[in-house]
Amino acid sequence: MSNSFKAFVSGARDASPILIGIVPFGLICGAIGVGTGMPEWASIGFSAIIFAGASQLVVNQLMAEHASLLVIILTGLLINMRMLMYSASLAPHFRGLPLVRKGLFAYLLTDQAYALSIARYGREDGESVNKPPYYLGTALTVWACFNGTTVLGAYLGAFIPPEWDLGFAIPLTFIAVVVPAIKDRPSVLAAMAAGIVALLAVPLPCNLGLMAGAVSGIAVGYLAERRLTRG
Amino acid sequence: MSIYWPVALAMGVGTFLLRFSFILIMDKMTFPDAVTRMLRFIPASVLTALIVPAVLLGRNGEAAFAGWERLLAALVAVVVAWKTKNTFVTIASGMGVLWLLQAVM
Repeated sequence: MSNSFKAFVSGARDASPILIGIVPFGLICGAIGVGTGMPEWASIGFSAIIFAGASQLVVNQLMAEHASLLVIILTGLLINMRMLMYSASLAPHFRGLPLVRKGLFAYLLTDQAYALSIARYGREDGESVNKPPYYLGTALTVWACFNGTTVLGAYLGAFIPPEWDLGFAIPLTFIAVVVPAIKDRPSVLAAMAAGIVALLAVPLPCNLGLMAGAVSGIAVGYLAERRLTRG
Repeated sequence: MSIYWPVALAMGVGTFLLRFSFILIMDKMTFPDAVTRMLRFIPASVLTALIVPAVLLGRNGEAAFAGWERLLAALVAVVVAWKTKNTFVTIASGMGVLWLLQAVM
């Protein structure tokens, strides 16, 4: 078994427990498109083309409310602004890959694939892992699960009872990944600032609160680290 | 109701460009030192900014408190994640505590 295949399998294995949060999400994304008036195949295609569930739910709602095309697209893209940060964070690890592979990696980028991979690269033995195939293992697993379940959702509807609240598995996934990765005081301060600002900024339109929280956290972490290294 | 094709196309291309941005240009440039040091805080910041509203607020994005059950379940998950560092055990304990509390409250 080659080193890169091992890394790919390890990424896929690490992604498997988080699929419990992807399944209800995919079902809802597949079903909501049909609810908005798309044929089943279009709802499935919609998910495959955009491949960003949270923004899809919002643009579907806006389409149902007959918002203008520009408002729909800008709102959706604002929700996905966090991808810029993920891209910057992962870029140093994907240096020198062929262009086509970089494009594939970009298309497959999700919160989950990012969180799992960056946590893995940050562990003590992070440099020993073959980074690109590990990422591909996580990202492809998430992609297959999401798009498989959108097909089910489009044809069968979201058949998981909402009172099970399986969507709660998504924040739990991020807790599982981010808590062990917070190892020093600047990171703790960054996380606290990000959480508090994101909560206070919830009333802001277009999910801007998320970006406000993220930027605040990064700034606080950076400043805290500078103070530590100076004094 | 065929507005969805222009939406799919624009959102697809736009989201892809947001994802591709830095991965694409990284070979030709290097980040200034300050930016490199900021990158380290992206996971803790962005993911926590996703977690807190998702735990505390309503399921369909309305700004209403989602209940103590979720908050307590999330706090248990934080402790379990910290102690075990195991993704599956963390998610299972968080969902388990949530269902338990929903059954008794």
